Amino acid sequence: MNATTAPVQAGYNFAYLDEHTKRMIRRALLKAVAIPGYQVPFGSREMPLPYGWGTGGIQVTAALIGPDDVLKVIDQGADDTTNAVNIRSFFAKVAGVATTTRTTEATLIQTRHRIPETPLAEGQILVFQVPIPEPLRWLEPRETETRTMHALREYGLMHVKLYEDIVRHGRIATTYDYPVIVNDHYLMRPSPIPKFDNPKLHRNPALMLFGAGREKRVYAVPPYTDVRSLDFDDHPFAVERWEEPCALCASTEAYLDEIILDDKGGRMFVCSDTEYCAVRQEAGHKGAMAP
Amino acid sequence: MKPGRVLLQVRGLSKFYGERVGCERVSFDLFPGEVLCIAGESGSGKSTLLQTLAYELRPDAGAVHYDLSGRGLTDLSGLPDSTLRELWRTDWGFVRQNPRDGLRMRVSAGANIGERLMAIGERHYGDIRVQAQDWLQRVEIDDTRLDEAPTSFSGGMQQRLQIARNLVTRPRLVFMDEPTAGLDVSVQARFLDLLRRLTAELRLAVILVTHDLAVARLLAQRLIVMRHGRIVETGLTDQVLDDPQHPYTQLLVSSVLAA
Ligand SMILES: Nc1ncnc2c1ncn2[C@@H]1O[C@H](COP(=O)(O)OP(=O)(O)O)[C@@H](O)[C@H]1O
Ligand SMILES: [Mg+2]
Repeated sequence: MNATTAPVQAGYNFAYLDEHTKRMIRRALLKAVAIPGYQVPFGSREMPLPYGWGTGGIQVTAALIGPDDVLKVIDQGADDTTNAVNIRSFFAKVAGVATTTRTTEATLIQTRHRIPETPLAEGQILVFQVPIPEPLRWLEPRETETRTMHALREYGLMHVKLYEDIVRHGRIATTYDYPVIVNDHYLMRPSPIPKFDNPKLHRNPALMLFGAGREKRVYAVPPYTDVRSLDFDDHPFAVERWEEPCALCASTEAYLDEIILDDKGGRMFVCSDTEYCAVRQEAGHKGAMAP
Repeated sequence: MKPGRVLLQVRGLSKFYGERVGCERVSFDLFPGEVLCIAGESGSGKSTLLQTLAYELRPDAGAVHYDLSGRGLTDLSGLPDSTLRELWRTDWGFVRQNPRDGLRMRVSAGANIGERLMAIGERHYGDIRVQAQDWLQRVEIDDTRLDEAPTSFSGGMQQRLQIARNLVTRPRLVFMDEPTAGLDVSVQARFLDLLRRLTAELRLAVILVTHDLAVARLLAQRLIVMRHGRIVETGLTDQVLDDPQHPYTQLLVSSVLAA
């Protein structure tokens, strides 16, 4: 058990946001859950962080977190980057909640650009930080038009983008933020997670919430919702595979980061999810370069 | 040509911009496979009429009925947005004066042609590509240009690509607003030739707006002459041009002959 608690600091409302704002965000989230994949506008507040630092996700977390929650924060799979540490200590300070790095211990996980490798369970909430929520912006700059396209499920344009990918690269070269259809209706950007994580969106037992601070949108994938990655019949969706297992924990199932070791071409592949990798190593799994 | 059942029926159609008349009390019938030109000076209401016919602009008075497949003549004012938009991208086509308004300049010619196919649910990359290639050839563009963006095409090729991009779903009616206005005379001729061939081959109905009576003479079976938003004269193209009845049409024709 490595969950730790801290006392709420004086001078802040619980979880920083005032109660009125939290209720407003929760109402938007309820609507988002009721219409899976639909982007719900909300009155985004100023947060003590600049846009691009996860203000959308932080507001969602702040609106939901309760004193009994256990919070985990990851940034590209790691619990210990500056950004993850800052957000975690922010909530420890303003909400006094317990924090953890263990995926299985967390009730609330705020994430930037990954879904943990350890399967999530019912009752857990995953909050994604979203830089750009609108998947159709690429070819259609008019907001009124994209809204109509969503309402009428006119998503041919997204396939035009994938078509163009194949023309240029011989295959669908989109590897991050790979577009999905949620619950057979709404086209959704899953935020810049690797497409490796897309299958984890499908019928996940956890509640997945997405917050875009700058564009003032939230959306949701409720537990056990169908999430399908777009593709062509003759270019089916496929996730990344690596030729070697993780150099530290020998996992063959995880998303691996390439690490350059020296300037002579030395490199290793290790799990991007640092907690998953550490737990496996503790359990005795040993990769080729394990200490 | 024997006029079968009406494809598009227009009655008392008016569109205003505040106090200003866009088009007023326009009525006519269009038959399948018919090419109709709308001529008149700049500002006479041609573009407004075209957009109102296609329901891109909502009329302030009057009605447009279209022979929807499976439903017969249907008042467009009663159609839900979804049906209207489906009509726009399947059974109708649009060729714009400025290729930037009618093409996606940032994606390849193939993607431009394939867009409608993908919009109606085609999900086989290879098949879409084959059809796009076929349509490039049919509009006389070298199919080695399939993967190039239209920005690398000449003006004439861009207009022909607009045609291909529309015809891929086999529409029955195409709306064109001054499609040759930006082209050199020799390039214009080639475009008009192609258009004449395709409309005959595919039994395509076209409503084409032009300020150029020579274009009307070449293409259209029937001609509508507009002034101040109203139809001043209409009839078979050759009759109207050879024996204009209305003083305004006489003026237009004599100005062409004088040039
Ligand atoms: N968006 C608009 N707002 C106001 N007036 C317009 C608009 N578009 C066209 N008009 C006016 O309507 C009349 C018909 O214009 P238009 O349909 O563009 O004619 P044409 O295509 O024959 O040149 C003109 O008087 C024009 O100034
Ligand atoms: Mg005009």
